[in-house]
Amino acid sequence: MPVLITLQDVTVQYGAIPVLTGVNLKVAKGEIVTIVGPNGSGKSSLLRVLTGALKPKKGSRLHAVGLKMGYVPQKLSLDPTFPITVRRMLDIPKRIDHAEAARVSDLTGISQIWDSQIANLSGGQLQRVMLARAIVGAPDVLLLDEPTQGLDQPGAAAFYQLIADLRDTMDCAVIMVSHDLHVVMSASDRVICLNGHICCEGTPDVVSTAPEYRALFGTGTKGALALYRHDHDHSHDHDHDHGHAH
Amino acid sequence: MVSEFILRAALAGIGVALVTGVLGCFIIWRRMVYFGDALSHASILGVAVSTAFGVSIYLGVAGVAGVIALPLFALTTRWQSMDTILGVIAHSFLAIGLIAASVWGTGLTLEGILFGDVLAVTWTDVVVVWAAALGVLGFVAVRWNNLIAATVCDDLAASVGVRTKVEQLLLSLCLAVVVGVALKTVGALLITAFLIIPAAAARSFAQTPERMAVIASFVGIIGAIGGLAASYYLDWPAGPAMIAVSAGLFLVSRLGTVRI
Repeated sequence: MPVLITLQDVTVQYGAIPVLTGVNLKVAKGEIVTIVGPNGSGKSSLLRVLTGALKPKKGSRLHAVGLKMGYVPQKLSLDPTFPITVRRMLDIPKRIDHAEAARVSDLTGISQIWDSQIANLSGGQLQRVMLARAIVGAPDVLLLDEPTQGLDQPGAAAFYQLIADLRDTMDCAVIMVSHDLHVVMSASDRVICLNGHICCEGTPDVVSTAPEYRALFGTGTKGALALYRHDHDHSHDHDHDHGHAH
Repeated sequence: MVSEFILRAALAGIGVALVTGVLGCFIIWRRMVYFGDALSHASILGVAVSTAFGVSIYLGVAGVAGVIALPLFALTTRWQSMDTILGVIAHSFLAIGLIAASVWGTGLTLEGILFGDVLAVTWTDVVVVWAAALGVLGFVAVRWNNLIAATVCDDLAASVGVRTKVEQLLLSLCLAVVVGVALKTVGALLITAFLIIPAAAARSFAQTPERMAVIASFVGIIGAIGGLAASYYLDWPAGPAMIAVSAGLFLVSRLGTVRI
């Protein structure tokens, strides 16, 4: 599969605080990559480097010629005084014709709510609208920042199914930052476990049994407790390869 | 036949309202109300400086406002409006400007600086106001898609190559120009009102940002004409009367839930 985006030895700092260190990443056409990691692990920063919104302090970002990206932000910074309908949201950043608006709305099931104000939508509807906006012009890669935040479990599962379907329909790559470890994993081709650097990566079953992943998230319902333990126990001074990164 | 000074006042008021309506929408969408306040207060120093050095009041005010907009811009990160520091700056410049006006500005009246004198505008003033208004509106229209994208979400705008900091800076400089030309007409204290009230009134009637901008300009224009009428027939001070009419329209907008 052709490579769409390559990050080489990317380092990001906010002031003196390192957020990402030495990250190498390749995203190929058509694959679903999920980035997981605890709060403050640099997930959103990594996604912003991938979109090109954030320039790394060190390292480089290469992308395929003419690469089209669709980005679903974690949250909108809309003031309540800003009026915008669902249909108008699809016109950001540029006006699109009605045929294209109808196409992306059909794919995401938002055709019925074109005239609704964005501020009045439920969390699930808003995410589908932002997803519809992102797939305008058939992007080569979709980037989503915690797209299921605030959704209940059935809502999140439905949203992941929608993304998997879209990938099949449009043959685009999907890069997703997520909290919902167990739901995400089954839909992903590759999981990247991040904590300032890439701790481990691989197919979902490989990653979920990796000691680094277990150290970060534990297993099953003990996840929250394990996450807490991680803050004190998990050491990051190692830099070894477990042979499952591919 | 309407007196010529009323015609000039109406044209100047309409020109100001046209551009403040649109810019005012961005002011409230992007929570820059205090920013506009600080800028208009600082412009008083511009009046004093132009009088002292004998330069055009428009250039003096827009120049000072532009120079001040840069550090203000640096201090104001989005969604964190730095209310305290902006409040300190706004009122400090108000004081310094009034001192400078008293020392340098022979012939300047406090009321004229604070509230403007729309009834005393000349044909030259009308031309300057309209040139600036149309220039700024044209500029905003060209950058409209970028400005709206940056207003909806910084990260989203950045992901499609919009430089959000640059857009915000250009918006601030447009504001400086408008404050510069509007000062003589509506005065330093009323400029913020001209920016905020029509935009706030337009919110209830608008479904999209474009409609809100158009309705805001329309509300401002009704305010300008209505205020002048009140000034002519009831002998109210013209600048405050314009704001009072806009404020009345804002109240009406909140009473109904009419959607256009």
